Amino acid sequence: MPLYLTFKEIWRNRGRFLIFNMVIALITMLVLFVAALGSGLANANRQLIDKIDAELLAVQDNADLSLTASRLDETTLKDIRRINGVVSAGPIGLSSAALVVSSEEKVDISLIGVDPNQVGAPSLLSGSGLRNMRADQVVIDEKLAKKYNYALGSKITIRSVQGTEEELFSLTIVGITEEQQYFFQPSIFVPLNTWDEIRPQANPAARPSRPIFNVVAVKLDPSMDSAVISQRISSLVDKIEISDKESVIRAQPGYMEQQATINSQAGFALFIGMLVLGGFFQIQTLQKVPQIGMLKAIGASNRTVALAVFSQVILVTLIGVLMGTLLTFGLALGIPSNVPIRFTPQAVGLALASLLAIAPLGGIFSIRMATKVEPLIAMGL
Amino acid sequence: MTAVLQVENLSKEYKQGSLSVLAVKDVSFSINPGEFVAIVGPSGSGKTTLLAMLATLLTPSSGSVNINGIDLSGMSEKQRSSYRRSDIGFTFQANNLIPYLTVLENVELMLRLNKDLSIQNAQKAVALIERLGLAAELHKMPNQLSGGQQQRVAIARALVHDPSLVLVDEPTASLDTERAFQVVETFTNMIHEQNKAGIMVTHDLRMVAFADKVIKMVDGEVQEILDTPEQISQLSIYGANPFTLNKALPIPSKPQVFQPAAI
Repeated sequence: MPLYLTFKEIWRNRGRFLIFNMVIALITMLVLFVAALGSGLANANRQLIDKIDAELLAVQDNADLSLTASRLDETTLKDIRRINGVVSAGPIGLSSAALVVSSEEKVDISLIGVDPNQVGAPSLLSGSGLRNMRADQVVIDEKLAKKYNYALGSKITIRSVQGTEEELFSLTIVGITEEQQYFFQPSIFVPLNTWDEIRPQANPAARPSRPIFNVVAVKLDPSMDSAVISQRISSLVDKIEISDKESVIRAQPGYMEQQATINSQAGFALFIGMLVLGGFFQIQTLQKVPQIGMLKAIGASNRTVALAVFSQVILVTLIGVLMGTLLTFGLALGIPSNVPIRFTPQAVGLALASLLAIAPLGGIFSIRMATKVEPLIAMGL
Repeated sequence: MTAVLQVENLSKEYKQGSLSVLAVKDVSFSINPGEFVAIVGPSGSGKTTLLAMLATLLTPSSGSVNINGIDLSGMSEKQRSSYRRSDIGFTFQANNLIPYLTVLENVELMLRLNKDLSIQNAQKAVALIERLGLAAELHKMPNQLSGGQQQRVAIARALVHDPSLVLVDEPTASLDTERAFQVVETFTNMIHEQNKAGIMVTHDLRMVAFADKVIKMVDGEVQEILDTPEQISQLSIYGANPFTLNKALPIPSKPQVFQPAAI
């Protein structure tokens, strides 16, 4: 009975309900795009770190977990490798440079120095990978390869500033890896010693004989307790702070502030959605007070009336959210790939679940209002 | 004959702070199956309050209402709701129909509420609507009907689930004279044909011509119960103080303005 009334009312007033469905669809689009933007921005910052096949990251102890502020040396790396429970420990050097695509076009890139035989080296989609610590070789991410038609064996040119002079370095592509952005830039992986040579430096002449890098990726023995090993590394290796990847990502400058801003926007969009839903259904119920009174007077129970309002709230919201989701994905197809919009199942799922959860919250006052209508209203008393 | 409705010493007192108003005072009467009773009186005489108590929408301050031997006073809200659904047919002065349901769907509403919408009952609903002269309006929406047609749909809805008591609140309030007579005559005929007990609350004395019994109320009390055709005819034609409201309106002589379709 409640569903019968709901379907009939929506169908016979489909014009009015369609307009409201469109309002819900627009709110859905806003929430989904904000969620996708949050996810895209986060991904552009953290994709590289997410894809490191390590449980822990070690950084300099007074760098507040900031990767770019951290400086570690080979001694620290060796100390970590010696700890019982550490399967692999690899150095990672982070810096920026430019990829010279043509004489007119240069692309900012993240230049990542790794040990080809240790954790931190990129997993390959194709190619043989970096040969040794000094090879003039690179592994590039697939997005970059596709965009500029780079193939295995192609030569690329990296431009970096050494002192006050720009220098060009020619490297051979020996591998393609998955897309791995770091701070919104595509990543190019080179052997650590090569990285140390070509990374931008204020005073190249003062370069130490052994590379100084930013972080050590630590892969643990899965059969051992990671907390225990982490504690062991902290106590046995001097001047480092060791943490899981998520904590390191959160500690990167601006990351949490950016995510908090985006999440606040999503929260406001949901809140506005709840108010709009609540307002619409409250007005809708107010208009139907005489009708509800009559229904109760002829014997409809409070349960029937409440379920009719509730099912209407849910159905109208579902249709609106579905319309909004389809429109969002349709529009997303036309968005340029450089816009950091990323629809992950988690972000979309959470946004849709939140939208569907606010519907009953918004409609709860209408349901309450409907159950409070006195059947005597039907008689004008 | 066993009375369908037995009302004994029924009173309703409204209290607001230190003020109290006795809207219905010590009312007693009974109605038999097939009997059509009109409750008349001026505004504020307590007739609508009395009807609301008979419909279990208001709890009496004292006295009792028995329908088919069942005392309504001890019922919970849920039981009262269920009772209204199954044993009472109800039409109101206004807002009778659900605006987004067709004529047929509005009538079937009572069957759906009672979870009794069988093919047989659906056919009964159609037959009832046709009997009320609305065959062509079966699938029309309420806003496509005249006021009189809407009242007739409400009558069909009030009868379709076979209730023992049918209550009609001011059925002619928003109708012109011709349509008012059509509606009340139709209602009376159906009550008699289906052997129901019917109660109509009205302030329009011309309509009592159709009643088998008239209860005159003034200031919450039953002033007089008229149960002979002569008494009722007298009241219908001339009106009776103190609540004659429509003296200037045309006087009916058993109007024949409406010819319902035969089943």
